[in-house]
Amino acid sequence: MKTINIKLVRDLKASWGQAFAILMVIAAGVATFIMSLTTLDALTLTRDAYYRDYRFADVFTTVNRAPESLRARIEAIKGVDKVETRVVAPVKLAVKDYFEPVIGEVVSVPDHRQPFVNRLHLIKGRYIDPERDDEVILNEVFANAHNLNPGDSLEMIIKGNLQELTVVGVALSPEFIYQVAPGGVMPDFTRFGVMWMARDVLGKAFEMDKAFNDVVLTVQAGTNVKDIIQQLDLMLENYGGKDARERKWQTSHRIFQSDIDQLEQMAGMFSIIFLGIAAFLLNVVVSRLINTQRELVAALKAFGYSNVEVGLHYLAFVAVIVIAGLLIGTACGIWLGHGLSEIYTEFYRLPYLQYEVRFEIITIASLITLFAATIGTVFAVNRAVKLPPAEAMRPEPPVKYSKGIIELIGLTRFFSQSLRMIIRHLERKPLKSAMSVIGIALACAVMVVGTFFKDAIEFMIDIEFGLAQRQDITVNFIEPTSYRAFYDLQRIPGVEYGEVYRSVPVRLRHQHMSYLTSINGYDNQRDLYRSLNTENEPIEMPENGILLTEFLGERLKLTEGDEIIIEVLEGKRPIKKVRVVSMVNQYIGVAAYMDRQALNRLMQEDDAISGAYLKIDSAYENDIYNTLRDMPQVASTTARKNVISSFYDTSAEFVYIFVGFIAMLSVIITFGVIYNAARIALSERARELASMRVLGFTKAEISFILLGELALLTLFALPLGLIFGRLFSWYIIKELPQEIFRLPLIIEPSTYAISALAVIFATILSSLLVRSRLDHLDLIAVLKTKE
Amino acid sequence: MPDALLTNNSDVVFQTKDLTKTYEMGEVKVHALRGVNSELYAGELVILLGASGSGKSTYLNILGGLDQPTSGEVFYRDTDLANATETELTNYRRFHIGFVFQFYNLIPSLTALENVSIVTEIATDPMRPEDALKLVDLGDRLHHFPAEMSGGEQQRVAIARAIAKNPSVLLCDEPTGALDSETGVIVLEALQRINKELGTTTAVITHNAAIADMADRVIQLGDGMISNVHINNNRISPRQIKW
Repeated sequence: MKTINIKLVRDLKASWGQAFAILMVIAAGVATFIMSLTTLDALTLTRDAYYRDYRFADVFTTVNRAPESLRARIEAIKGVDKVETRVVAPVKLAVKDYFEPVIGEVVSVPDHRQPFVNRLHLIKGRYIDPERDDEVILNEVFANAHNLNPGDSLEMIIKGNLQELTVVGVALSPEFIYQVAPGGVMPDFTRFGVMWMARDVLGKAFEMDKAFNDVVLTVQAGTNVKDIIQQLDLMLENYGGKDARERKWQTSHRIFQSDIDQLEQMAGMFSIIFLGIAAFLLNVVVSRLINTQRELVAALKAFGYSNVEVGLHYLAFVAVIVIAGLLIGTACGIWLGHGLSEIYTEFYRLPYLQYEVRFEIITIASLITLFAATIGTVFAVNRAVKLPPAEAMRPEPPVKYSKGIIELIGLTRFFSQSLRMIIRHLERKPLKSAMSVIGIALACAVMVVGTFFKDAIEFMIDIEFGLAQRQDITVNFIEPTSYRAFYDLQRIPGVEYGEVYRSVPVRLRHQHMSYLTSINGYDNQRDLYRSLNTENEPIEMPENGILLTEFLGERLKLTEGDEIIIEVLEGKRPIKKVRVVSMVNQYIGVAAYMDRQALNRLMQEDDAISGAYLKIDSAYENDIYNTLRDMPQVASTTARKNVISSFYDTSAEFVYIFVGFIAMLSVIITFGVIYNAARIALSERARELASMRVLGFTKAEISFILLGELALLTLFALPLGLIFGRLFSWYIIKELPQEIFRLPLIIEPSTYAISALAVIFATILSSLLVRSRLDHLDLIAVLKTKE
Repeated sequence: MPDALLTNNSDVVFQTKDLTKTYEMGEVKVHALRGVNSELYAGELVILLGASGSGKSTYLNILGGLDQPTSGEVFYRDTDLANATETELTNYRRFHIGFVFQFYNLIPSLTALENVSIVTEIATDPMRPEDALKLVDLGDRLHHFPAEMSGGEQQRVAIARAIAKNPSVLLCDEPTGALDSETGVIVLEALQRINKELGTTTAVITHNAAIADMADRVIQLGDGMISNVHINNNRISPRQIKW
């Protein structure tokens, strides 16, 4: 080995602690990058493969009742690939030992074969035997929630008749990755179940013999889906066909897609922020490291080593650390990415996982890191070799110390001599001090970003389910019902108070933009369900006009006073123009709101309601559920507490999983940065501090000078870091998808405190490690060598 | 003003004319050299004497291509050092010059042998590093790290390192400055031996006038100029030097 490379190896060995800390920062940055992006890839790839393998439909539509003979005509529409006509019906279920109301959706499957569209992935048991009329296949999430297995039985109320069913299989379907009850906002795996039964059996039970009420189809590649939808709507219009929808409006897909979008944003942002910070720190650390080698650089040059040779030597030094960091980061990133993808696969109950590491991802991570390292090294080496060796070997001229701003305003009167030294040292090299402060601040910011999600989510839940939605139970009627039905609900023992609502599915239009949602009509004087303004105060329902969720206003580019076109998608399907009165602050879901009477007028109907919100005495909870289950007009019952826990189990869990990984990596970065700052400060000042020891300063006194400097830098960095953290968080939230929920920028003082404490803890730990080195300074060496 | 010019026909290695050097130390402008005219000859051992701040180190650094003058001429044989490029200076140092510094400037992470090898590896016709170390009587300390050696031993490693590439010129800046007299003598003996045995042109800086007696010529600097040149016809060995 060439001697200069021996030097390389020995130098690396000698500074392994520092090299290791740098390596960890790089590895954490790279791992975040690779983990995030490969997980995103895996989720998308797996989803696409699942959709493709199980022929997930491209178009969905429902009718009241259409003859089976129409199927051939639908198949004949140009561009349509495969069609499945189905019977889909809401049912009420009774599960053994479970008291809350459970509703379900039964979907028909062909008697003798798997459906052409939305195929099932059987996990347990077998397919339906068409000869039997009591067999059912359950969606896996529902089966798991109730621990139902093939052979178990289940009671179903079909059109008022109780029927005992036997579970023969448990399956997955791309159509129901997320199960959301009709009218529900949040997925619910326990109180809502999707199941499949034989076409023939369901046809008979729901008077759909030789008829269907639901169509799903796939389209051939390159076909304009809009054309097909248009023809389909036209064809089915006479059969009560509602708007056919493309896949992007399908509930399960939409929530899943929103999760993926969310991950995409988080992955993109965290990976850029983390890798960026790691790159920045690497740059700072490397250039300071090389600055401490000034004399060796001069000596090498005096021997006749060229600038390029010296540069390559230091580049190699950095490269070893960086490449080791890259390798470890890549390995950890892939490992974490695979782990995270598996967690998500399990979370979504996807039948398999396709985890691939795209070469580009590793390349980009490597390039960014190597680029940062090279720039840092080249600049620093360039600075070191630029000086003629003679000048570099002269001790650096005593740097001009002067009284800085702090001393000029007379504050130092109160400072000790040591503190004055610290302050002058920091003021002397403002750029370097600033870099250190920024480095530590970024580490602190990373902590904030890695931990603030919990605050935002909890705040959102508090407002949404504490201030806005305060009902214990939401009751949904099967169809719009007379107000009188509400009296029946009020009479149930244990119901303390109630409010009614009317909900109408609509398409809202403004200019060329449109959005599928619903208008909810409320009576005034509401105590349970309240819309909030931007100050989170309840808004009165205006007598005329409409309120919009802020997000909807932005999406449709509407402001207060604008007119909006409402296309009702139910009943007589009126189309009306209404004025937007104001915007509603709503974190979860998207909707429009009107006075119920105004909505009734718009619908050209009497005093109709879609359901009610109830406040109940919890002692009567089970009795109330039982009564509601037996009421034929009640389609579903949702308890607020279940919605909250559903949210935590699904959307919030999705975010928490990712953020948990991020928080772990941010701790590593924080520690790596601060330890490096301490170590470099030590190597820069070792000689000065040893001289002071020779002059009679105690170990404690010199420790105070060095560690006091670190403490002071940290002190400056903390507020800045918290501000950076808030800025990064703001940016992340702003870029997150807004469809399902919109996180507010809420960072609790406790999160700031934990981030700051983590940095302080890292500072103290680094100080202790450095302190032990200070105790072993070689005093004799200082006396012998120059300066 | 006496110039260090001899009007004989000896082989001139270095020639300087009106050499000046000004540099800034923090806010202070230092006139290190204020017009130096000199010649150094092949094979001679020259001692540069002068008080601290007399400009002797600057003069030596310019001769060694570690620094360039502010004005004036400096030639190494036919090479114009004042106008040489960075690369030319690097090659000049690499192939012609051996340096010995007051504070040794050994690389702490390399052993004695390796500290020599790092230079021989980039030279064209070096001696074996072991031989160089034997020349300075360190044949038995090849694998010791700088931290494991005394100051005198470290300085001898530095000398071995400087001569191992068989340089035409050996430049030493206060080689005994950090050493006690006993050790200093050993180092000076090594230098004298190399000068004699290898015929390497050697310039040694010192502020210790007693050392001057071992030189062929003594050039005295003061205030950035040559104040006196003395030809020593009666060289003594370092052992005889009275400190």
